[in-house]
Amino acid sequence: MISFGFFNYWIFIILLMIGLYTVMSRSNLVKKMIGLSLFQISVFLFYISMGKVTGGTAPIVVENTADAVTTAYSNPLPHVLILTAIVVGIATTALGLSLVVRIKESFGTIDEEDILEMEDGA
Amino acid sequence: MMSMSSQFPILVAIAPLMAAPFCALIRGNTLPWALTTIISAFTFYVSLSLLFAVTAGGPISYELGGWAPPWGIEYVVDPLSGFMLVLISGISTGVLLFARESITKEVPAHQLGLFFAAYLLSLTGMLGICITGDTFNIFVFLEIMSLSSYALIAMGERTDRRALTAAFQYLIIGTVGATFYLIGIGLIYMMTGTLNIADIAMRFPEIEDTRPILAAVGFIVIGIGIKLALFPLHAWLPNSYTYAPNIITAFFAGTATKVSVYLLIRFIFTVFGPNYSFAGLGLMDILMPLAILAFLSMSAVAVYQTNLKRLLAYSSVAQLGYIVLGIALASESGLTASIIHIFNHAIVKTGLFLSVGCMFYVAGSTYLKDLQGIGRRMPVTTFGFVLGGLGLIGVPLTPGFISKWYLVVAVLEKGSYFGYALVAALMMSSLLAVIYIWRVVEVAYFRPAPEGTETQEAPMSLIIPTWIFILGSFYFGIETSFNVGFAKAAAAFLMGGV
Repeated sequence: MISFGFFNYWIFIILLMIGLYTVMSRSNLVKKMIGLSLFQISVFLFYISMGKVTGGTAPIVVENTADAVTTAYSNPLPHVLILTAIVVGIATTALGLSLVVRIKESFGTIDEEDILEMEDGA
Repeated sequence: MMSMSSQFPILVAIAPLMAAPFCALIRGNTLPWALTTIISAFTFYVSLSLLFAVTAGGPISYELGGWAPPWGIEYVVDPLSGFMLVLISGISTGVLLFARESITKEVPAHQLGLFFAAYLLSLTGMLGICITGDTFNIFVFLEIMSLSSYALIAMGERTDRRALTAAFQYLIIGTVGATFYLIGIGLIYMMTGTLNIADIAMRFPEIEDTRPILAAVGFIVIGIGIKLALFPLHAWLPNSYTYAPNIITAFFAGTATKVSVYLLIRFIFTVFGPNYSFAGLGLMDILMPLAILAFLSMSAVAVYQTNLKRLLAYSSVAQLGYIVLGIALASESGLTASIIHIFNHAIVKTGLFLSVGCMFYVAGSTYLKDLQGIGRRMPVTTFGFVLGGLGLIGVPLTPGFISKWYLVVAVLEKGSYFGYALVAALMMSSLLAVIYIWRVVEVAYFRPAPEGTETQEAPMSLIIPTWIFILGSFYFGIETSFNVGFAKAAAAFLMGGV
């Protein structure tokens, strides 16, 4: 039996592959960007999952309280890292979509195959 | 009181980063360029002093915000990263000297501020990758460099609208590469609990036989391979280099892929360690065939190109093959050859792309059919191109000869027929380089210039920076104590595993 504890990681790999497949198989540039976003976001899930400690709580140190029995904390570092990666992901998506807008203005289409045909003619 | 020089490691990365938003706000033809050039020259000065400080006193460690590593982010200058910093900031400064007049033909005046802001950001990314000692910080700088380079490549749109599709293609492939790298360091973090390169390297032997580490190495090598344009992951490079503005092509040809090579060397030799990478994992069995295929097939493809920039771009992929071959030899002499070639190829290729930039400035095209008789129309520029071409081929007295010499010596150390076969392959690739450079010479000197064109040289402000690179390449081909000396020191440092 596959341990249920790896559930998040299975989902991470499945999303990663769906994203990569979309990037490769679609010729519509916006759909490519959607695939690319999915591809990046799956990695966020991977980082967030690895920071989780079983039974761990939010990493806030509670001092001088009677019920401060919890000593296990989730690891906050991967979560912080992924905040940075989210910003990078947004920047990539924004830049990619603005390039798509420029391509539409310039070529009149956002379908990769149409554009390739045009370039051969040009 | 702390002296200024103790803050040098952070200044290298933060000066261009801070200057970028100011640059974006400035209007006018000259001011954004002037600010960028001053900042770039400043990083060059700082890089040089860092390199000399490292040579004299050993590696420098800088703790960001006073947080001690491995918890805080550490910036490390060692012989290799110091060498790379000098190379990148030097090439950037040289290219910028060329930029003032040439860029006005390619980018509209009201966008110059934004253009140079993106330039500064990509410079930040490259310098940051080399100086940081933190794997996640590398990812951040990698994305700073990549995102700004997508924007810069798309700026070539005014000359040829295919710049847009080239930039989009690079964005897709580059993001996949960077994300693979992110997954790789995530897996390493799971196994070691640290992101600091030195700390990972220390803990690595305990966990090197586990499966997550195997996956991590796979993701990281392929991710960097995409950024490096390692054959067969190079599809983005020829398009990007062909359609980008000329100074961007010249800048990236000398630096962007070289930074990725630096990352590959850093991971193989410092993080994984040569023992694990080569004896344990057999990375050379993957890298070496790819490197050989790269320089044989890409040199052959270069012969058939009709656009001069695309011809040089394919030749760049081939030259990266030589560099990767040096790494794959898994010996100190191979690594030395590889680092020497990073330096030499960067100078020669930048000089060549700048010559092409001069031709574009006058002729308005980089297609060979439009450059017929260019040798008589622009004698000074074309002569510079031919000299640079000799450097690419590896004629004695040029830097190409020096790096090929060291590479052949390193290959022959392998002994046996395998070594001889490799030397034969190297010779064959050089022969192909003779053919594609000769094609340009033929078009430039032996075809009549089209009707209605007259002899007109590019302005001095373009010719002088071009010739600085061309003559500089000859200087480093004859007086090799700088490039060979520092490359040897860097290779010895990496193999010593200190």
